[in-house]
Amino acid sequence: MITRPRIGVLALQGDFAKHAEALAAAGASVNEVRVPSQLEALDGLIIPGGESTTLLKLMEGTTFIDDIRRFHGRGGAIYGTCAGLILLAKQVRNPMQRSLELLDAEVLRNGYGRQIESFEKQAPIKCLGNPPFRMIFIRAPTIETLGRGVEILATCNNRPVMVRSGRLLATTFHPELTPDIRIHKFFAVMCMECAAVDTGEVCGVR
Amino acid sequence: MEQTGLVLKTGLAEMLRGGVIMDVTNATQAKIAEDAGAVSVMALERVPADIRAEGGIARMASPRKIREIMNAVSIPVMAKVRIGHFVEAQVLEALGVDYIDESEVLTPADEEHHIDKLRFKVPFVCGCRDLGEALRRIAEGAALIRTKGEAGSGNIVEAVRHLRCVIRDMKILHSLPEEELVHKSKEMGAPYELVKMVARDAKLPVPNFAAGGIATPADAALCMQLGAETCFVGSGIFKSGDPEKRAKAIVKAVTHFRDPEILLQVSEDLGEPMKGIDISKLDEKDLLQTRGW
Repeated sequence: MITRPRIGVLALQGDFAKHAEALAAAGASVNEVRVPSQLEALDGLIIPGGESTTLLKLMEGTTFIDDIRRFHGRGGAIYGTCAGLILLAKQVRNPMQRSLELLDAEVLRNGYGRQIESFEKQAPIKCLGNPPFRMIFIRAPTIETLGRGVEILATCNNRPVMVRSGRLLATTFHPELTPDIRIHKFFAVMCMECAAVDTGEVCGVR
Repeated sequence: MEQTGLVLKTGLAEMLRGGVIMDVTNATQAKIAEDAGAVSVMALERVPADIRAEGGIARMASPRKIREIMNAVSIPVMAKVRIGHFVEAQVLEALGVDYIDESEVLTPADEEHHIDKLRFKVPFVCGCRDLGEALRRIAEGAALIRTKGEAGSGNIVEAVRHLRCVIRDMKILHSLPEEELVHKSKEMGAPYELVKMVARDAKLPVPNFAAGGIATPADAALCMQLGAETCFVGSGIFKSGDPEKRAKAIVKAVTHFRDPEILLQVSEDLGEPMKGIDISKLDEKDLLQTRGW
């Protein structure tokens, strides 16, 4: 298995710099991705928080949408936070909009309401052990339905807030806004496992 | 010393990074802005260039207009209140806007005090011309700072001055020995704790955006290269010949602010920019940036 995964952060708009800091602290080699060709040498990609409509506009007129799908198809791992999750989901409502259609989920934009409903809460994430995670929800989406192959890794207020399906990881909250890098470490390990599959080794992901 | 909910307030500003926040005066313009890729819109009764031209008292926009804009788009909606007018802010919070701009573009309501922004759950953005002013606003609870520039002028010179000034002041603080910080704090008129924080980190504890006079994609990229994290564009879009095209061009310019090839592409065929004003020809009393204290 590789020892240091190469992870890109989609840097078109949003809090990509915070993700880059967290990834570096988690031991990954980090690259900003502003044009599709920068996906080539990567094991993993983070699609950060930001405005999903803006991210979509900036992807249109480029080959990003096809290239990110292809990146996933050839074994790349992807983690989406908030707007990133919205872009990964197969279906988006409030309003309906385009997406990468990779994660078998239906997502409601601004599911909790406007900024005044933004909140934070500590909640446990079983696969990360103790202590519970400080989850920060900002104009966050809600996951309304999930496909059968999608595993719920954490819930908060009885809603799924962290899910995984094979090489895809998604959270509706923003771990990059806290100093806790456990989720970024978890994703870095996912990337290494996927890279191992690429080179013929076996891994536990679908 | 983190106030409750500060991370939620600055967090939204973090999500707006690398984007463009556009002034709009109705639902149609808001939709054009969203379709062009704006990360947020600022709901206004009149854009700054018209406020400047028409004169009179400029107040918070009517709630009906703001609601119309909130209903038209899915991106965050900001709105402006007069400096010190905490009741306008209470009204906007009740309305549910996502960010409040306590703005020098409107006629000030209080010539001594800004709003005590810590009392609000909704986050605030405030303008500044130098680091002392930025830190005073942060002490009052602003979760996002922008340069004042000279709104409605279509002239980037003041935003550049303010941006350079804030960044230079931060570098100076960072280089000073700790024993000089008390005097510096007195000189700047800024709280000691915040001065110490900036001296340690060489950056503001909240995001730092540019505003005031941005009219072209190159203006926006200039602010980004000077260290701004996002741009507010006021009159520059809807006072230009082809708002849709210019809006899209400025969005791209902010994403690719270091890529001259892309900046060249987006700068071509944009139609007429807004006319603009030579600031040195303006009377001191006609400057908007001197409002706020």
